[in-house]
Formats: sequence, structure tokens, C-alpha cells
Amino acid sequence: MSFAELQAQIRDARAPLRITGHGSKDFYGEALQGEPLSTLALNGVTAYEPSELFISVLAGTPVFDVEALLAQHRQRFAFEPPRFGGKGTLGGMVAAGLSGPARAALGSVRDHLLGAVLINGMGELLSFGGTVMKNVAGFDVSRVLAGSMGQLGLITEVTLKVMPLPAAVTTLRFELDQSAALMAMNRWGGEPLPIEASAWWDGALLLRLAGAGAAVDAAARKLGGDVIPPELAGAFWLGLRDQSDEFFVGAERAVAGGARLWRLSLPSTTPELKLHGEQLIDWGGAQRWVVTPMEPAAMREAAAAVGGHATCFRSLDKSCGAFTPLTPPLATIHQRLKASFDPHGVLNPGRLYPNL
Amino acid sequence: MNAPVDLAARRAAVAAALAPLLPPHALLHQSEQTTPYECDGLTAYRQRPLAVALPETEAQVAAVLKACHRLGVPVVARGAGTGLSGGAMPHELGVTLALAKFNQILSVDPLARTAHVQCGVRNLAISEAAAPLGLYYAPDPSSQIACTIGGNVAENSGGVHCLKYGLTLHNVLRVRGFTAEGEAVEFGSEALDAPGLDLLALVIGSEGMLAVVTEVTVKLVPKPRLARCLMASFDDVRKAGDAVAAIIAAGIIPAGLEMMDKPMTAAVEDFVHAGYDLTAEAILLCESDGTPEEVAEEIGRMEAVLRGSGATDVQVSADEAQRLKFWSGRKNAFPASGRISPDYMCMDSTIPRKHLATILLDIQQMEKKYGLRCANVFHAGDGNLHPLILFDANDPDQLHRCEQFGAEILERSVALGGTVTGEHGVGVEKLNSMCVQFSAAELDQMLQLKAAFDPAGTLNPGKQIPSLSRCAEYGRMHVKRGLLAFSELERF
Repeated sequence: MSFAELQAQIRDARAPLRITGHGSKDFYGEALQGEPLSTLALNGVTAYEPSELFISVLAGTPVFDVEALLAQHRQRFAFEPPRFGGKGTLGGMVAAGLSGPARAALGSVRDHLLGAVLINGMGELLSFGGTVMKNVAGFDVSRVLAGSMGQLGLITEVTLKVMPLPAAVTTLRFELDQSAALMAMNRWGGEPLPIEASAWWDGALLLRLAGAGAAVDAAARKLGGDVIPPELAGAFWLGLRDQSDEFFVGAERAVAGGARLWRLSLPSTTPELKLHGEQLIDWGGAQRWVVTPMEPAAMREAAAAVGGHATCFRSLDKSCGAFTPLTPPLATIHQRLKASFDPHGVLNPGRLYPNL
Repeated sequence: MNAPVDLAARRAAVAAALAPLLPPHALLHQSEQTTPYECDGLTAYRQRPLAVALPETEAQVAAVLKACHRLGVPVVARGAGTGLSGGAMPHELGVTLALAKFNQILSVDPLARTAHVQCGVRNLAISEAAAPLGLYYAPDPSSQIACTIGGNVAENSGGVHCLKYGLTLHNVLRVRGFTAEGEAVEFGSEALDAPGLDLLALVIGSEGMLAVVTEVTVKLVPKPRLARCLMASFDDVRKAGDAVAAIIAAGIIPAGLEMMDKPMTAAVEDFVHAGYDLTAEAILLCESDGTPEEVAEEIGRMEAVLRGSGATDVQVSADEAQRLKFWSGRKNAFPASGRISPDYMCMDSTIPRKHLATILLDIQQMEKKYGLRCANVFHAGDGNLHPLILFDANDPDQLHRCEQFGAEILERSVALGGTVTGEHGVGVEKLNSMCVQFSAAELDQMLQLKAAFDPAGTLNPGKQIPSLSRCAEYGRMHVKRGLLAFSELERF
């Protein structure tokens, strides 16, 4: 389907449209509504020059293919987007706004987004941002698309910053309880060490060091711990990133049995949360995954009490709302923003919040 | 519609409405009191406001905003007034909300690596407060001694280290402030993200059009143990431009990568006497920071790339004193230009790195066309240009030619796949150039976006996003970006 056909379909829509790529994140957010509108015909890289550190890609292009191309040039998406079941398109990656283990150190999808082309609810094809790192011409509309769940427009093309692959990578393992691991992650985060990712689960803290060979070696010597063989370490970080490792497989089983998988986004220094259920911590303590049968209200309270928020990430029952409700002034701005991009409310209505 | 506005009556009405809300010394409305606020760093554009409010508490900010909203009076927030695009230029019928008194660092948390600061805290003061903890605030605009964090948020300020450490956007977790209606609001959170749409990303860089920010939570990062700088001379700007691309292509992200052309080098050498190579057509400054091991490795690799790219001379800073000496000229490029010309206009576009040499050569042609000199400093690592067009403002024809020269640089930048402003903002200065970069539908969407935050349109109206009628009057065509770039690339 061409841009013009997509524009016409959206402009003429009188009923909700559900923007879809691979559908690998259909479980995420609020319930799906409307007639599917596929982006898969929008496939291909439109611009890539490694020395310019950006890539422009049409929305329906598989993340996996793009990352393979980047790897050929020893580059990568530093925000490590999850690929659920190995699937996912660039459009879905940006619209969901999810980032992987390196997010705390290297930034999120939004941080790497340089530009986007979208079709708004009036069927207008609009381009914001660009291909350059520094760009303050007008409002940063492309970045608000990250995590917008398709509610502001159908993303047709995105331009993202790409980064060189690190010259050296080493993973260290420390046997630590949760409290000690949280303290270690935060303390080390304040030192000039090349820590790129950290994760704690089941009594072990794993740290990924990445950068110049000499710096990684020096940091590994300073920090101690056990060096994990590269194949094992690579598999661990990949499993964490794509949520296919033991913790998340177990979580999916528990969800099928009626529990919920929560994503808690908190200040990294939040002390150990005494919650019923199993926890995995990454992002240096700033992201905590909890599988629990606990009541949603209690989870939301626990997160709010420490200045964070709780997302009901996977659940058979999302009547509690997928995302933490907004304060009144923010809810008002959300309603008006949605109306400004999509006055008839045809694009992915209700996917972020039921009434949006 | 166009009946002359009785300014005196309006001023009296606004002063009467605000007087009960502020201490007497915090409200200025006599012309000799408001004149110091008539411009920001873009001194060519001046306008006295109806009144200046200098609130001391958030409650006073809210009260002033509520009153102005009720009266339909425009509000222009202002920090240190160092902005270079007129973003804080007053509105003729408006109130300037000067936030300089919000100058407290509320807390610095070494474990969380964050600082809570009021909007009027100076950029450099944050790093100074964090220094004893081995931390600093990364974005370092050249005006960092004076500019405030609130202004940095409004402009999404950068600096010389953005390529590696990011812009304001990448280093701010949360802002607290007020809507146009005077309602308290927070964007972002103490965590790495917040629920709902990423409104923080919109507010940062919105030039005071969407909200008034009073408090900011910034990220602090560990101070690198060591920084060293390479200074390389080139006898050809094209070789220097190619060397920049070659460094990035080698997988290196330098902490800083700056370029000066020959006229600029001459101007700064005369000013700082740093021993710059006056015979070079272009000079590159490349900085590496990190652990001593990392820096040694990276400096070695960068030196090899620079020599391989045809550098005629490469010097490595032996110690901190020499490193600062290398940087002294670059940091003083603006004052040095002020010494060689009665006036200068600083441009601020960004282009893809690979076109650095192309645009320098184009600018040399434009110098002849407009009969004006131009000295160039570039944040080469991120393709951000700062051509300084030299002119004499006392000669109206020179000012006119200077404006045309600047507009042509911006249009050329858009045609090369770039943008009309990299870090200084649109303000009032680049409104016309926005018409070249964006289509009518794109500008209209941005105007609608503003209305979503500020339906009555009282926050800094008329800045950043041109009205469609203004663009129609300007009459320049919107240049479709990317039309020329990369058409040769294969697709998969």
C-alpha cells in the first residue's frame, strides 16, 4: 500500500483503525480496537550512511533485519529494543517505546529518535525532526511518538541515531542479595566505569562492561567478581532483552495462571521493595519486573510511594488499566493533544488510556 | 480590528492586576525599569514589555499566570536572557516573567546521581555543586557561566560535548512548572520514564511556549578521570571535513570534535594567543575523555585517523593547562569576533557531517555575493555550524545584506538535509526560515500542539512556530528535505 493509499484510508475512516506490524506487542497496553491497518508494505531502509551515525527506515521493516544491517557495519541500536518472539517492526518499536538492558547507561528509543514521518488522523503526511543530532527547529514532535502506542499518528518512517559496537565487552557476576546489589549498582554508577548494563535476579548481580579494551580490562580488575564466558553472557543479555529468559518464561506461565507481570519504573536508589512474588531488577535499579498475584492498587501504591509508576505489562485481566493513571492537568493535555493529531479518534483509540 | 492600542491604559490595568500578587519591588512597569529587559542575547531585536514580574515563590508564579490568563495578557518567561534567537524577547502587550530569583540548588543526591534545582540556577553552578562528589552536569553551552537551567530546558541547549553526552533532553529527568492557566504540573519523573505520552520531550526545547518551568531534576554523570585534546591542522577544508567523517567511521565517538576556519583562527589567536597554526585552512580540535587507559587508546587511534586524512600537523595536549589552552580560542570565538568587527550575526544550522566542506566553500561564495566577511566555528562532530557574519549595524544596507546572507546559509543547510537551528532555537530570529523547513500542514500541526498545552495562546505567543500567513508573506518555498540526499543508496 502506498503512502497516498494509507493517507486516504485514514482520512476517510469513520470507525477505529488498529495500526499493526508484526503484532508482536499486541499484549502490551490497553485492548485492541478497530479494523487492522498493516504497515508491512512500508518496508526498507531509505538512508544509511554509517559515518553519519543515523539510519532512516520505513515503519514496517523488521527490527531484526535492520539490526543485522547495522551489525555488518559494526554499529547497533544502543537502546536494545526487545524483539518478542524475534519479531517486531521499526514502527512498533518506536510506538511502544520499549528499551532493553542498556537503557539506563545509553538511553531509550526516544533518546535515539532523530526524526519521524507520520500520517495524522486527517490523513496528512507530516515530517518532523531530521537526520542530524542537534535540531531544535520547532517542537520535538518525533520524540513524543516514542511510546505513543500509535495514538497520535501512523508512523511511516523513522530516523534513529546508531552507535558503534563497543570494541570490548565483559560480563561480571557477583553473588549479592537484592539490597546489596541495589547499593552496588548505584554506587558504581557514580564512578567513571564503563558499565553498560546491570541486572539482578535470584541472588546474582550481572554487570556488562563495554568500551575500549583497556578500559574494560581495568574496570574488571577493579570490580572483581566472576567473569562469565562470552557465549553464556551473550545469551543471558539477549534473553533479558527479548524477554525470553527463564524469568520471563516463568512470568508468562504465571500470567496464564492468573498472576500479573508488572513493570515498575522507579528511582534507581529505591530500597528493596518487599512485595509478594518474584522480582528481576535491571537498569541499575530503575526498572523492576514483578510477577505477582497482588492487587493492582497495591502495586500502584507501592510504586507511587517512592516516586515511580507501575505498568501492568502482561495480564489476562487488564481492567486495572495498563498504565498508571495521569494527574488531572496531564490528562487534560493528553486529551487535547490526541484531538489535535486525530480529531475523529480513529487511530488506535484507547490503546494508552481507555478514554483517549 | 486594528484600532491603536492604548499602551498606557493597558500597562496601568496589568500593573493594577499584578500589584496585589507580588511584593512592590517584584513588579516593574516604569519604562526605565523595563528597558533592561527589552532584549535577550539577540540584541538586534528589542521590545519593552508592559511590565516585568519578578516572582519569588511558586505561588506568586501561579498567581501571575492566572491573572494574565484571565486578562488574556501574553507571558514571556525569562532566565538569564543569554538566548541567541530572541526567545525571551518581550511581547509589546505582555508581561515578562523573570525567574532569576529561583536560584537555589535544592538538593544533590550522590547515590542517585541527580540534582534538584530551581529554574534560575546557572548551568555551571550545578556542575560546581556536584564537583566534590566526582559528578557533573554534562550539557555545557558556551554561555554556561551565565545561562540558567530553565533557559536550557526551554532551548534544549547543547554544547561542545553533545555528541557523546547528549543534549538537555538526554540529561533532564523531570521538570515541575505551571500551565498557561497557572496550574501546577510535572513532566517526567524521578524514574527514567513516566506514564503516558512523553510530554517532557515536547516541553524541552519548546521555548516557553508550552509551560513555565520552575524546577528541574537533572542527571549527573561521573566526571571522567582524564581528558586530552588533539589539535590538527589542515591545508584544505575538504580534507578537514573528511577527517571528521573518518573519525566517526572508525567507530570513535569523541568527547568533543570542533572545527575552526582560517579567518576564525586568526581572530581568536589575536585574542587569546594560544599558538594556533595561522597557516592552516582549517583546524580540528578532538577531545577524548575517560579512564587513562581509554584515553591513551582513543588518542592514538584519532591521531592515526587525522594523519591518514592528510593533517599537516597534529599536537596532543601534554597536560590540563595545554588542553585548556587548545580550547581557549574555540571558547572565545564570539568575543574574538566582536573585536574584529563592529557587529556579528551568529548563525546556527546543522547539516550532515559529510557536507561540512561543501557548506564552507558555499559560504566563501556567499561572502563575495553579499560583500561581507564570515568566520566559521563548527561543532563538527554533530554537524552544527556557527558561521559568524561580520557587519556594521550602523549601516542599514550591511544589516540587510547580513540578514540575507544568514537566510541563504539556513536555506542551503535545509537543502543539504539539515535544519535551520541546531541549538540556539528559533525565537523570533528564524521564524521565516521555519517556513522553508516545514510544510504548511507541519507548521499547522505544531500550532495545534501548542494549543493543546495553551488553548488561549498566552505563553510566549508569536515565537518559534511561524503563522501560516507569515509564511505566505515570506513567499519562500518549503524545501523538501532529503530530496537530494542518499538517492544513490540501495534499499533492501
